[in-house]
Order: sequence, then C-alpha cells, then structure tokens
Amino acid sequence: MELFKKYPKLFQWIFLLIVFFALCFAIDVPETYKFIRGQAEFVKDPNQSTFVFLGKEVRYYAFDVFWRLPPLLGWLPIWINDSLFFLMNDWMPMEFWNEDTQEYKTRPLVLQITRNLTAFMTFLIELIREILLGGLETIVAFTSWDWIDANPWAELPGLPWTIVAAGSAILAYKLGGRGLAIFAGLAMTYISIFGQWKPSMQTLSFILVAAPLSFIFGLSLGVAAFKSKRVEKALYPILLVMQTMPQYAVLVPALVLFGVGDHAAVIITMIVAVPPMILLTLLGLRAVPPEVIEAGRMSGCNNWQLMFKVLIPTARRDILIGVNQVIMVCFSMAVISAFIGAKGLGFNLLLALNQLNIGLALEAGLCISLIAILLDKMSLAWANKQVDYFGNLNFFQRNKNSLFFGLIMILGIALAYFGSIYFKGGYNYLFEVPHNKGISTADFWNKGVDWIFDTFFVYIKAFNTWLIVEVLQPMRALYLRMPAIATIVLVVGAGYLIGGTRSALVVCGLTLFIALSPWWDRALVTTYMATFGVIVSCIIGFTVGTLCFQNKHSTKFMLNVCDIFQTFPSFVYLIPVMMLFGITDTSVLIAVIVYATIPATRYTIEGLRSVPSGLHDAATMSGVTKFQRLFKIEFPLAFPHMMLGLNQTIVFALFMVIIGAFIGTEDLGQYILKALSDKKGAGIGLTLGICVAFIGLIFDNLIRTWVDKRKKHLGID
Amino acid sequence: MSEPVIKCESVYKIFGENAETMLKEANGNVDAKTFQENGCIVGVNNASFEVSKGEMLVVMGLSGSGKSTLLRCISRLTDATGGKIFIEGQDLLNLNNKELIDLRRNKMGMVFQSFALLPHKTVVENIAFPLQIKGINTEQSINKAMDMVKLVGLDGRENYFPRELSGGQQQRVGIARSLAVEPDIWFLDEPFSALDPLIRKEMQDEFLRLQEKLQKTIMFITHDFDEALKLADRIAIMKDGIIEQLDTPANIVLNPATEYVRKFTEEVPREKVLLIEDVMDTTTTEQIGDLKVSKDEIIENVAEKILTQEKTVAVIDNNNNIVGSINPTKIINTVFGGRKNNN
Repeated sequence: MELFKKYPKLFQWIFLLIVFFALCFAIDVPETYKFIRGQAEFVKDPNQSTFVFLGKEVRYYAFDVFWRLPPLLGWLPIWINDSLFFLMNDWMPMEFWNEDTQEYKTRPLVLQITRNLTAFMTFLIELIREILLGGLETIVAFTSWDWIDANPWAELPGLPWTIVAAGSAILAYKLGGRGLAIFAGLAMTYISIFGQWKPSMQTLSFILVAAPLSFIFGLSLGVAAFKSKRVEKALYPILLVMQTMPQYAVLVPALVLFGVGDHAAVIITMIVAVPPMILLTLLGLRAVPPEVIEAGRMSGCNNWQLMFKVLIPTARRDILIGVNQVIMVCFSMAVISAFIGAKGLGFNLLLALNQLNIGLALEAGLCISLIAILLDKMSLAWANKQVDYFGNLNFFQRNKNSLFFGLIMILGIALAYFGSIYFKGGYNYLFEVPHNKGISTADFWNKGVDWIFDTFFVYIKAFNTWLIVEVLQPMRALYLRMPAIATIVLVVGAGYLIGGTRSALVVCGLTLFIALSPWWDRALVTTYMATFGVIVSCIIGFTVGTLCFQNKHSTKFMLNVCDIFQTFPSFVYLIPVMMLFGITDTSVLIAVIVYATIPATRYTIEGLRSVPSGLHDAATMSGVTKFQRLFKIEFPLAFPHMMLGLNQTIVFALFMVIIGAFIGTEDLGQYILKALSDKKGAGIGLTLGICVAFIGLIFDNLIRTWVDKRKKHLGID
Repeated sequence: MSEPVIKCESVYKIFGENAETMLKEANGNVDAKTFQENGCIVGVNNASFEVSKGEMLVVMGLSGSGKSTLLRCISRLTDATGGKIFIEGQDLLNLNNKELIDLRRNKMGMVFQSFALLPHKTVVENIAFPLQIKGINTEQSINKAMDMVKLVGLDGRENYFPRELSGGQQQRVGIARSLAVEPDIWFLDEPFSALDPLIRKEMQDEFLRLQEKLQKTIMFITHDFDEALKLADRIAIMKDGIIEQLDTPANIVLNPATEYVRKFTEEVPREKVLLIEDVMDTTTTEQIGDLKVSKDEIIENVAEKILTQEKTVAVIDNNNNIVGSINPTKIINTVFGGRKNNN
C-alpha cells in the first residue's frame, strides 16, 4: 500500500498493461481471419458485408468488432477520388482563350489553373536546363515551333561542362573561400568525367527551381503566420500532418492534378518542402528578443524594413536550418519524383535499383549526394557572407570574380571548339561527356558486390534467416495478434496517463481513424517495422552519442557526420543494404536503422551538450565519478531533449519503412506504391498517407506532451 | 520659458482586453486592485510631467513599477490607453504611422537594457543601421558610424560582431547607435543594469561626459537609486504605475514625499548627494570666519574644511558674493542627525 502511494503512476501503468494483455488473451483470432488480406477490399466475395455511405459502396469482411473494427471510413478514398475528378473535369467550366488554336475553349477552372501552373513550372525548369545543356523549348515558349523550323539556327547551345565546373568553383570561392571552391570544382569534374553530366544537370535544374520557390513560399507563409494568429491557426494542423506524411503519399494526388513530369515533381517538392520551412521561420521569428524589435522600431524602421532588416536576419539561424531542410527534401524528392516521370539522376538511380545494378545505382547516388552537399554548403556560406567596407579596392580587385568568369567563359568555349575538331568520333568530351562514355566504376562495384555475396553468402544468409525467423516473424505475429480494442485501450490509456483527457482524446481520434480505415493490419505491419527500427536506432544512437560526447573532437566530428548523412537523399540508403542483403525485409530494416540513427545520435549529443556547465562543475565538486555524473546528472537532464530525438527517429523510421516498399514489404507503403500506378489511386494514396502520418502523430503527441511536462518539472526551457 | 520637449498629461497604460472601457468608467480614479479583479493590469497610472530641453529626467522604480512601460508609451512602442503626450508640441498619440517613423528617424534615440544589437551586423554596421534605414547611402552612413565608434571609444573594434564584445562594449555600441542620427531626445532603458559594478561606474562617468558635450533631452530609466542620484537633474520615483514623487535629487533626499520614497533615501549618504546650497542658512549673510565655500560644492568635498572651523562659514556664489552661511553643527546634523530626526 505504501508502495502504491509512493509510485501511483507506476501502478497506473501496470494496471493499463494488465488490461491490455487481458484483452489480448480474452479475444481470440476468428477462425476465418486471414491476416493482411483479411480486410481485402478489392475482391468481390459473397461472404463480404457491405454498406453504402455518401453513395459509395464499401465491401468488407465483418468480424467481431472487438477484434477488428469494420472499415467505416472505407468510403473516404473513393470519395476523395471522385471529388478530385469532379474538381478537375466538371467543376466551374469556363471559357478560356487558346493560343494555339486561336479560339475560345471551355475548360474546368481547376484544370485550367493547374495547366497554367505546370506550364509556368515547365518553362522555368527548361530555361535553366537549356542554359546548362542546350535545347529548343525556351525559344519555343517565346515564339512557336513554326518559327523554329524556319530558323534552324535558333537553339540555346548549352554550356560546356568546363565552364559550369569552373563557374561553380568561382561562385563557391566568392561565397565561402578556397576550401569550398576546391570542393565545388572537384565535385563537378567528378560528375562530368564519370559520365553523369546530363542527368546531373537535369536534376540540378529541377532543384534550382524547386528549392528557391519552396524557400520563398515557406518564408512568406512563415512571416504571414507570424503576423497573423488566424493564418497560424489555419496552417498549424496542415503543417503537423505534412511533417509526418510520407513523401510518397503526396505523389498520387499530385499525379491527378498536375500530370506526369518535372513540373509535377517541382510542385510536389514544394508541397513537401514548404511546411518545415514555415515551421522553422515561425520558430526563428518567435525567438527574436522583443528588445531587438523595439530597437528596430526606434531606429525608424517601417514594417517592411523591420521584417527584412531586423526580424529575418536576427532569426537567420533557424531560417538557415529551414533552407537546409528544403535542400534535403528537394534532393529526396528528386529521386522519389522519378516515379512520376521526373528526369535526371533519380530516374537513373531507380532504374539501376530496379535492375539490381548496384554499381550504377551507387554512382548515381553519389552524384546526387555530392550536389546536395555542395548546394547545402553554398547556401550556408551565402547566408554568412560579410561585406568589407574598408578595403580600398581597385577596379580589378572588385571585379576579379566576374572578370575571371569571363575569362573562363572564353577559354571554355575555345576548348569546346578545339574539342569539336579534335574528337572525331562524334563525341566532344570537352563539351559534354556522354552518359555511357565516361569512366564507370559500376563494374567494379558490381564485382565487389558479387564477391561479398560469394564470400560471405553463408554468413549473411544465416544472419538473415536468423533475424527473420527468430526476431522479425514473431514480432510481426505479435503485433498482428493484438485485437483492435486492446491496441486502442493501450494507446488511449497511455495518452491519458501522460497528458490527461485532452491528450487521450487526440490520440484516440488518430487511432480510430486508422482502425476504421480498411488497412488496420497493414498499419500494424508498418508500426512493427518502424518500432523495430526505432528500438535498434535508439540503442545505437544513444550509445554512439554518449560515447562521442566524452571528447570535444569526437563530438564535433560526429555532428559533422550527422550533417553529411542527413543530406543524402533517403533512397540512397537503399543501395548499400540491397548490396548486402538483397530483397528482403532485413534490407528495409537496416536502411531504416541507418537512416533513423542519425537523429537519435544528433539529439543525444545535443541533449548532453545542453546540460548547463555549472551543474557539471557542481557534480564534479561533490565528488562523483564519470559514470555517476553521466547517469545521475547528465542523462536525467538531457532526457527531454533526447526524447525529442526519439520523436524525429520515429518520423525518419516511418519514412524509410514506406520507401522500403520499393524493395517489397507488405505494409501501407506497398499500397501507396500500388496506388501510384492505379488510375483511381489518388484517394487511396492520400488516405494511406494520412494513416502513416497519424501513426507518427500518435507518438509525436505522446512524446511531446511528456517532454513538455518533464521540462516544466525540471525547470528547463 | 520655451516649450517643454516632452510633456505628459495624465498618461495611463492599462493592459487587458477591455482596458479602454474600464478606464472610461473609472473616470480618472484608477485603482489597481479593482482593475486586476477584472483582468486588467495597470502599467502606468496618471503620469503627468514635463521635461525641458537639455534636462535629464531619471525615472526610478523597482521592477514592475511601470517605469519601462512609461518610457515605451512616450516612445510609442506601445500606445498609451489614456492621456496626452506631446513631443515638442506635437501630439504623439495622433501621429500617423509615417509621421511617427519620421519622428523616430530624426528626433529619437533609444538604448536598451539587453543592448538589442543586431547579431548579424558588425559594430559599425549596427551603428550605421538607423542611418541606412533613413536612406543615407552606404559610404556616408559608414563614415558617420565611424565617428560614433570613436566617440564611444571603440576604435579598432569596428569590424567585430556583437558576440565578440564584452557587455560594456556592447552597450557602447548601443549608445553609439542611438546617437547616430543625432536625436534631440534620448531614451535610455536601464542601460547599465546588465553590467558589472565597476564597468557600470565607468559607463556612468562616460555617459555624464557625453551628456556634458551633447546636451540632449534625456529620459533615463533605472532601478538603482544611487545611479539616479548621480545622474539626474530631476528624479521621478514610481511605484505600482504611480509617480510617487518628482523632484530634484536634493529635495527627494531632504523631503521625501511618501513613506515609500523615504525608504530609499534612508541609506543614501547625504554628504555625497547634497550641495552646500541645499543645507545653508540664507538668513545670516555676514561673514564670521575667514573661510569661504562655494554653494555648488558637494558637502563631502568641503566637510573636513568646515568641521575644522569653530565658527560659522560663509557661502559664496560664482561671483564671489556671499549668499548665506553654514556652521559646523549643521554639517554634523545633515550627515548624522538627519536620519535620526526622520525616524
């Protein structure tokens, strides 16, 4: 009894677990129940029950409601789909002037808007692409195809790779000094020599449109949300869902709205990249000290000056993290949007992965990562750039970069011209190294993979079998064995114990949405994979983080490693694991673990770092050993921050699990992938995406509430 | 008598949703307690005063006394809930946004407790900021800012970032920035509170030196009574949004108006604050001893001289005319006895 009074929370948790297990044992699996396919909704079967809602018929297998809830939300995907089609094809038809046919045409409003939007995006992408690679489209956009036929000389010639490489090095020098310049030059040369020039430039042109647009939109929406409470309230739920929504899931509805191609990819990228930008802008602006704002006002700033000269620069640290995120998402999407026909490295990467040509995939992946790191560093350097007012420079010194670029321009063209004479084989290597004519290391890698496979096949296979049979299968079976009611009780109970009624209600709503969708079993599989990944990632991340924290240099090194790894597009992680483990669940899980360990490590280090040094000293003076200090002082204080890392780890893990569908998993991701090739997949894809997002949000809500309470309790901000 | 530079007439600042209606209903009789029960917090309660050209008014009060709120009402960083404020005869509360910005760009400068420097700009860029906001070109504004850098003694550090400077240096930048547009009115919101005692004293002396040279009209906020005595031409002591007493330092020390004010004055070493003029006897003007002291001397500086005399000492003004007398017992009474009387 005394124990009960001392630890009331503990007993509440134990009680919750008892109820949970009691429910699990009390409710048996129905005999006719087929896991995963148990709720199949696409087959017609006389045993199915049906109901009609909003004119949509939903078929399902009815079971004990305690075991699995009926898919009362089964109409939602169909309804979303129908509404989308209605919007696109029938809603508000209007007369629009058609340039090509010179007449008025009736078109639905939304279709017209999306078409104009895509035309604009296409123009932007083509413009940059043709400056880099050459082509006709931009000129056509201003004239017509007929005009081009009449004037065969009219074509953008494209820049020789030498000029682009040297140009980027000069830009890098101007922004960040010699180190960055060398990196830029080497990266570009590498890309060219290894024959990845064309796809790289295609990807680059896509990024150079998507990233700035996302930045501008994110920044302006963030500013709008900062200025008006109403805008913020309207944006907040969307931001929350978008943060945990897998990028895959957005593809499908966008496919319907914007069609296939680079322009659609840009728009989707913006949809995915803008929310974190908004959040970070808002966060940064909020953190500006009020006295700085007052100082700006007293200096006589009008609203515009206050925003752009005081608020945004002062908040630049968070805004820069936003830019970093935007770039990260852009590269991630550069690969994923290859599914809807975006050209470039992503397309090559997917193709190579599909053919199991690991070597080729590795090369493409490396190029993407190189460009990603380069752009990331350049944007950072740009933001931190300083002006020198006192240097007394002459004309040459002031303009040396432009002059130098002019020189390079002439030199590059001369070289390209010389090349066109020298290389008689039809390929001008000094202009562009063709895709299949560069140096390729693919064979080397493929042989390496083969060698690893031949040599270690037995061990890898043994490990693989052990993991699947002994760990993964039982875990998966356990997850699936949970009756729906037990899961809901557990989650809602946890919500209540952590955050009270409010939290319990929020969590209950999120869980019910998934439970009432037709994909509960699949959601369980997704959760099981994510859980496994998160547990292993956390163990690795917390251990590595703690170990690295013991030394200043290793701390810095580890944070840098995290930075670099974070810049890699998520798909790249699939390459090495497929190399080693082939097409199995193990591959997906290992990719998940690697990917999700990054935030776990980072937040552990940052959490430990945030422990005030005064406490550190106080502990040392009370004579604690290193271990005592770690376990009694640093861990408890750093724990809230580390839990935020757990939050991120879960989101990362979920993303990777969904992407893992590409390798082949039987979860929500598989259906999202399926929906991509389904004409009526938009509704399904979106609903599935929301399901995944909600899984993330359940954990997000629980962890955040706990962290807030704990922080208040510890008195840390 | 020229027009006062700053003039406040029953200024109120009340925070809360229906502050304005409540203020109207209160009819000039604002009671903090009843307001608080209705969800309103009284920041400034019926403040009326004038500051004339070249004068330094120090507003002194503990935290939460409404002194910073009062300053923000006068600089219109917040809008006063009631009352009138005139800046050089202009009705501040009726200015539109453009006029207000014009006023701030040309007439006002402000220094903040936490320095409030822009972290992404160097020292010289920070100082040039108000100039550039006004639209002055880069070269001119940087040149002017360099003059300011020299004025506050930061030469050689103009390319440092605020984070690379000590607190005292950062506040020098803050002061230079507020002076860059050559304002007539200078607001200082606890400028030295965040500094170490030694640095604080140094900055106070520096500040007095600057003021000697510049002769600005100043409103200075502090929670430090000694600082107020040291700097002020006149002091306003605030408590719970009400100005308890507004007077010269000497009068406040000699005749505290309320119990609250008296508590501050108790610990004050009078000999360091009061001048001979404040305690002398003006009725007898004949010279008794040989010694003469100036009426503008601080008591501390001449006490020893006077106390060694047995006779009454003559007090003279700048033109060597005898304006009064002071005898040693008076000095002893002021320094030691005054406090006993009050108790």
